[in-house]
Amino acid sequence: MAQLDTREKLAILADAAKYDASCASSGTVKRDSRGGKGVGSTEGMGICHAYAPDGRCISLLKILLTNSCIFDCHYCINRKSSNVRRARFTAQEVVHLTLAFYKRNYIEGLFLSSGIIRSSNYTMEQLVEVARALREDHDFRGYIHLKTIPDADPELVRQAALYADRVSINVELPTVSGLERLAPEKSATRIEGAMKDMKLGIEDGKDARKKYRSAPKFAPAGQSTQMIVGADAANDGDIVMRASQLYDRFALRRVYYSAFSPIPSPSAVLPLKRPPLMREHRLYQSDWLMRFYGFKPREVVSAAGDDGMLPLDIDPKLAWALKFRDSFPVDVNKAPREQLLRVPGLGTKAVKRLLQSRRWRAITLDDVARLTVSIAKVRPFITTSDWRPTLLTDRADLKTLVTPRETQLDLFAG
Amino acid sequence: MADPADIAMLRDGPMIGAHHVTLASEDDFDGWRDAARGLAEAGVPPSAIAWQVDGGERDLFGGPETEPPPPGPSFAVPRAFVDLARTVICHRDPERFALLYAMLLKLRSNKQALEDRADPLVDRLEGMAKEVRRDAHKMHAFVRFREVEDDEGPRFVAWFEPDNHIVRREAGFFQRRFANMRWSILTPELTIHWDGQNLTEGPGATRAEAPDGDPVEETWKTYYASIFNPARVKVKAMTKEMPKKYWRNMPETALIGDLLAGAQAREAEMIKRSTTVTATTPRPTGNLDASWAALKAEAARCTRCELHQCATQIVFGEGPLDAAIVFVGEQPGDQEDLAGRPFVGPAGQLFNAALEEAGIDRTQAYVTNAVKHFKFVQRGKKRIHSKPDTSEIEACRWWVDRERELIRPPLTVALGATAARSLTGKTVTISKSRDAPLTLADGGECWITVHPSFLLRLPDEQVRREERAKFVADLQRIRKRAEALAA
Repeated sequence: MAQLDTREKLAILADAAKYDASCASSGTVKRDSRGGKGVGSTEGMGICHAYAPDGRCISLLKILLTNSCIFDCHYCINRKSSNVRRARFTAQEVVHLTLAFYKRNYIEGLFLSSGIIRSSNYTMEQLVEVARALREDHDFRGYIHLKTIPDADPELVRQAALYADRVSINVELPTVSGLERLAPEKSATRIEGAMKDMKLGIEDGKDARKKYRSAPKFAPAGQSTQMIVGADAANDGDIVMRASQLYDRFALRRVYYSAFSPIPSPSAVLPLKRPPLMREHRLYQSDWLMRFYGFKPREVVSAAGDDGMLPLDIDPKLAWALKFRDSFPVDVNKAPREQLLRVPGLGTKAVKRLLQSRRWRAITLDDVARLTVSIAKVRPFITTSDWRPTLLTDRADLKTLVTPRETQLDLFAG
Repeated sequence: MADPADIAMLRDGPMIGAHHVTLASEDDFDGWRDAARGLAEAGVPPSAIAWQVDGGERDLFGGPETEPPPPGPSFAVPRAFVDLARTVICHRDPERFALLYAMLLKLRSNKQALEDRADPLVDRLEGMAKEVRRDAHKMHAFVRFREVEDDEGPRFVAWFEPDNHIVRREAGFFQRRFANMRWSILTPELTIHWDGQNLTEGPGATRAEAPDGDPVEETWKTYYASIFNPARVKVKAMTKEMPKKYWRNMPETALIGDLLAGAQAREAEMIKRSTTVTATTPRPTGNLDASWAALKAEAARCTRCELHQCATQIVFGEGPLDAAIVFVGEQPGDQEDLAGRPFVGPAGQLFNAALEEAGIDRTQAYVTNAVKHFKFVQRGKKRIHSKPDTSEIEACRWWVDRERELIRPPLTVALGATAARSLTGKTVTISKSRDAPLTLADGGECWITVHPSFLLRLPDEQVRREERAKFVADLQRIRKRAEALAA
């Protein structure tokens, strides 16, 4: 086969990496390039340097080291039996590409993953080498996210965490049976074992930093994971419960969802049709409800329909409010924060502002309107000094009043 | 556009003895603070001050600089206001100086005035600050450097057009990030340069002064096009975060039109290719076998209908996965249920004999059932076969479909009405449909004939012989058809 040049390889290996949802560059320690010899800074907030027409942010150079793989996971475009073109970067090529992009302000850093070649340990060594060269040879101080290989030697994973800001291991599928069926060589116990080790490593690293300022930083942006939605039979309820369990057990920063998209030459056991993209969005919203709005996983699940699926036409918070109308209306002048957060249409910021403002004045409906995006959505669920939703929460057709209107049928909606 | 409430706030009161303040630059916070402090201490109302920027357009009623008013008692403002004012000063709205001053006066009488987020003035200022912060954030994101060589080595130059007066404010970000690079950012209002040691300023520039290309941009565009997933198109989400006004200075955005046009076609082709290509090209057997084994293992835990509760085990299909013919029976019987294999009981023996007569090698065919668990009623010690109902057929159809998806047989034979129902999804009369094949949803042919157990149940010897001959004749025709399809 003819030698591929860097651009050809980049086309293949970026294409192969696009099914990883995460592109976050946030949540790490503050640092910059002053006093060093390289480039790079991280200032807490992530930066999205561009947006692709799929609506996703491009923050990191997200590539695979190679898309050759000895595994045969059915949902994956890079599986052994797939007939995609294969390519492989050398560690040096990735380092140069990262630096060239970074210096032109295209990216925040690197998100490196890989197909498994030869063995898990060999692959992991290659990933670690890229991170090492960036950090040590080039004094690169931007963001690095490494995907770790579950079966790799714990010492290699530890090294990865010392160079990277964030490490992740994908749980791949929400159910164990789904994993058995679609990723026969992967094992849920091994994946979870690796996540547990990482969690302990991060905790130890934090403890050490408390005692000695010079202790090395260990994955300062924590660990995350991803699962594919719509490739197996798990419903939204299962997924929400699984995600919350993962958050609890492994102290994850994020659980990413990736709506299964039809991949070229898929395996025969997969559905050909993609799940609606909206489903992914609703799952993220439910994720937010648990992380920022004080919802218990059980409560989110109770907002789902009888089939365990979250409604696609309205967001899960509104669905919950419509189901549990006895919790409303909420008095914005008196209710505690937890209760205000349950009101559909009131976000965390709006609630914070309401709490701040009501120390100075009796909140009127106009005030609420100024602090929120859509007063129509909020109105039925609150009382203010000049507003009372008479019987509104008892109306059978309330859902139609607060559901956002369809503007135009979306050609590309699933 | 100013809110009427703000205008009232700013313009009320007599315009007597108007004060004129000239600031050094658009983002001259220190100048504003010094002037505003003196005016506020003297209690000058907002309406009596005309703010202007040196070199900017002069107020229509602008007069000469006026003497500062006699000082009054000083007062302190909260830290949060200083931060807010530093940010709002960078906003493009010429009213910002006056609005900030109005807020300052408000704070003089009420130190906590800033906490009342529902107050229209606070809301307006917070809104302006938000715009400035967003503009700054977009500057961090969308500045694109191009590399040029000069006497001292490589230098990185960018052309950027911010909405607000943020360049000086944001210089620090680039300084921290690219401390060891030499770089310049050119904007229409101001240029800033970093030489690795010092930050210097220059007058505004034009686009023509910036370099017009960089070879790495082609690589970056390759990345941009490749990371885009054509199976999901969300233009609104893209333009919300990357408004079109920024596009002209970002090399990768030139690709967006083509990517969108190609996306639909690419996805449609992807689905088409995966159905057609995989149907004709043999797939590596390793994967196929593993998939089938995984499917069988999964089926062993099936609880899709009630039948799994009483049956001994699931009876999954068996045979080569590249079989030319798939036979689908009704459901396992007593002996199949115990053995875990299809067609091993009395009906199975009859089936084997008929296949042999028709010249079909059973070991070359894939044999399975429409319903995979034994359904029966217990009579004494005997388990009497009972016909599966529609819901059970429907529940189990999922497995049959998966089996056929793996094998993709050109020819499927439905043995009996239950199998025909499972394969076609409707009720068929065997006598009417056994002569010609039907086409299934995946394009394969479906032949329908009787179930061997039907022959066992016929009481009349003569009729049984006739029906058996017909069954064998059906099988012969099927064999010939399979051979024709394979050729």
